[in-house]
Amino acid sequence: MTDSGLVVARWTPTSVTFTVAGVGLLLALSFLPTVASPATLDRMTTLFIYVILAATWNALAGYGGLVSIGQQAFFGLGAYVTIRLSNAGVNVYTAVVVAPLIVALFSLPLSLPMLRLKTSEFAVGMWVVAELIHLLVNLDPLIQGETGISLIALNAYTVDQRNALTFWIALAAVAAVLAILFVLLRSATGAGLQAIRDNEEAANSVGVRVVTVKRIVFVFAAAGAAIAGSLWLATAISFQPKTYFSAQWTSYMIFMVLVGGLGTFEGAIIGAVIFYAIEAAFGSMGVWYMIGLGAVALLFSLFLPSGLYGIFGARTGVQLLPVGYWLRDTKSEPAVGQGKAAEA
Amino acid sequence: MIWVEQIFQGILLGGYYALIACGLSFMFSVMGLVNLAHGSFAMLAAFGFWALAEYAGLPPTIGWTAVFPAMALLGVALQRLVLDRSARSGFLIPVLATFGLSICIDNLLFQQFGADTRSLAPFIGDLSYDSWELADGVFVGKLAVYIFLAAVGLLGGLQLFLSRTQLGRAIRATAIDRDTVGLLGIDANWINICATAIAMVTVSIAGAALGMRATFDPYAGTPQLIFAFEAAVIGGTGSLWGTLLGGLTLGIAQSVGAQISPQGFLIAGHATFLVVLVARTSLDRIADVWRIFSFVRTKAS
Amino acid sequence: MTLLSVRELEVRHGLLRAVRGVSFDVAQGETVAFVGANGAGKTTLLRAIAGAHLPQAGRISFAGEDVTSAPSYRRARAGIALVPEGRRLFGELSVTENLLLGLSAGNRGAWNLDAVLEALPQLQPIRHALARNLSGGQQQAVAIGRALMTNPKLLLLDEISLGLSPVAVDLVYAAIAKLIAAGTTIILVEQKLDRAMSVADRMICMLEGSVVLEGKTSQLTRDQITDAYFGLGQVGAHS
Repeated sequence: MTDSGLVVARWTPTSVTFTVAGVGLLLALSFLPTVASPATLDRMTTLFIYVILAATWNALAGYGGLVSIGQQAFFGLGAYVTIRLSNAGVNVYTAVVVAPLIVALFSLPLSLPMLRLKTSEFAVGMWVVAELIHLLVNLDPLIQGETGISLIALNAYTVDQRNALTFWIALAAVAAVLAILFVLLRSATGAGLQAIRDNEEAANSVGVRVVTVKRIVFVFAAAGAAIAGSLWLATAISFQPKTYFSAQWTSYMIFMVLVGGLGTFEGAIIGAVIFYAIEAAFGSMGVWYMIGLGAVALLFSLFLPSGLYGIFGARTGVQLLPVGYWLRDTKSEPAVGQGKAAEA
Repeated sequence: MIWVEQIFQGILLGGYYALIACGLSFMFSVMGLVNLAHGSFAMLAAFGFWALAEYAGLPPTIGWTAVFPAMALLGVALQRLVLDRSARSGFLIPVLATFGLSICIDNLLFQQFGADTRSLAPFIGDLSYDSWELADGVFVGKLAVYIFLAAVGLLGGLQLFLSRTQLGRAIRATAIDRDTVGLLGIDANWINICATAIAMVTVSIAGAALGMRATFDPYAGTPQLIFAFEAAVIGGTGSLWGTLLGGLTLGIAQSVGAQISPQGFLIAGHATFLVVLVARTSLDRIADVWRIFSFVRTKAS
Repeated sequence: MTLLSVRELEVRHGLLRAVRGVSFDVAQGETVAFVGANGAGKTTLLRAIAGAHLPQAGRISFAGEDVTSAPSYRRARAGIALVPEGRRLFGELSVTENLLLGLSAGNRGAWNLDAVLEALPQLQPIRHALARNLSGGQQQAVAIGRALMTNPKLLLLDEISLGLSPVAVDLVYAAIAKLIAAGTTIILVEQKLDRAMSVADRMICMLEGSVVLEGKTSQLTRDQITDAYFGLGQVGAHS
């Protein structure tokens, strides 16, 4: 390698800048509750939930090649387990944090049969799982069918306390999800994931343990959807199974990831921010808003399957966060390599 | 006796599931993709029948002459504009594209027709409630029997079409190897257009069946997709007689489940689906191990 | 009369120039054999003629029509039939069904199911078997029969003896001799030099995508062809 003057680099000046800026932004945000209004905190929490949903669904579909239409199963379960834990006397914010871990544990045995399914069978199979879990949760006398129940234990806190606590947990969750994903993608598992994304058969033949890698990502995505669900409950207070186990959540995730950039770390975050803005602007339009979301998802999948960030990356060759490998020519600076963003 | 009747009702219900699963299974076997807008198209057809009957006074017995060709044309557009294009961008994209399409269709139907539930029953006269008395106090609805017979006829007809006609053979060959059919003078794009158009006509039949035997609303497409998918997978995707069997299994499971508890209807259906799925994937693994084992044994001897 | 005319044909697989500026003509009723080492571009050339690969440059005309950018199904309808390398049968379909698919080209002529089963008698007893259950030789016979069912004006045969037992190769070549006697125009790609020379009127030798030797079979010696095959001697000195 040294003969040719090429070395493999993992950091570029741009990506160092953006990583440092990202970490700085997270630190700065943690002081937000001391200055911002409750409404702002609430909106930021919503945005964080969207980022978690987008990043984890992207990990599942974009990297793992596992399109699931049933992530609402884990979203709903995250909220339901929070209710159950709180009902059993666990502190309500502890419950919000612990519930996703329980859901992640539950998703592990579920992955055994599901990961053996082929693409489209997996997609709809997960949907059936979500429907079934929804029906079973409805049977719980505590939930009273579609009537639902509220997270009454939140009454122990003032509105300001609630907003701040939920915001901090959401911020910690979004940081944790992105950090885990970041580390995951830079590890051997991540190299395996990106190999699977590009060509599953080839990945298998060079020794990537495809099923293990997919299982990790499945459980990670389940935990992500679950914490999004438990956080949503913490902001919305009331739990109605129909709302939480709705396929609408998955359509949001698909929208965010398709628009941002399927299979790119940064794309999912950008997609979540765009979705948040679109929802704020057009969410009140009701049915036309949904028609628009569907149409945009359809058009992106047909004409821009690599999303906005995919195009941006291909045009500029810029990679904002160092999750890939770059070939750098040490004889003739600057870098000549193809980043993973460029080929996505 | 109540169980016998439930199972009998389940078989008749299964006929409807086979009907709705037929197009999904057909498209999966020909193009290897699951059209997630399948249920939404069934609702579109059902609303087409309803609108013709309500506004133009044309009952479904006449309305099909307009709905079937319209849906077939929509199939042509679907194949040309969405499926063909998305299939070229990899295996994830058709799933995402058809999901986006289903959201559009559902909400456009809602925009046009509102949230009210509709039914085609008022437009088919006595047929919606006529029944035969099989034994003392055991009645069977004529419509349910006709739907069941339609499912058997449609699946059987499709099977014959695929095995006996030149177009049917071309469809099967294209499903196996779309590059090689070109060398024999077959335009694979045209074949896929035909297959999608055929699937859309079967979807319309299923939409009419749902509309006559029950009620529907703009968002009823999602459960229909799930039922169709369950029937197709239980029966083994890609096999048309398997689809009939899958539909019957699902119908019986739901009927028996409903007898146990009110929520049991859906739960039993979903649970049966998952059990079959898990059982089949485990059997595949056992079969793999067995194959390796026998291979090693033959090599050793 | 010239049936097929290829001029300055260029076909690339990505960055690889598989066929580099190849030109030749094939007359009606002629049998032309392409020989050359693996990777010389013979298969790519045949596939480009059949429309399975689209060329980057050059011209292909068939029966007086420019077919350079026509899709494969149009060329099959015009009368070009390729028996592809590896046979490419539809495994889940029966022998008869595979054969009947050849009728999709819409060219009615001397070849129908009865005529094919008569010309390839080894297919008679297995005509209801699934194609994937056949031996290599049987599959090759089905592939040839399927191509004949399109009633081609030009038959392209790609490595038809590859992987077959000597007995099966004899059977396949017996069938080819019959086709030639019936006046069919044939281009064949063949690794086995003796087999090719036994049936071809003309030999064209390719090396690294280019034609390096061309001549009537009767006027070429085996040594000349072998030298060209490996890029030895003056003819193969470039590259």
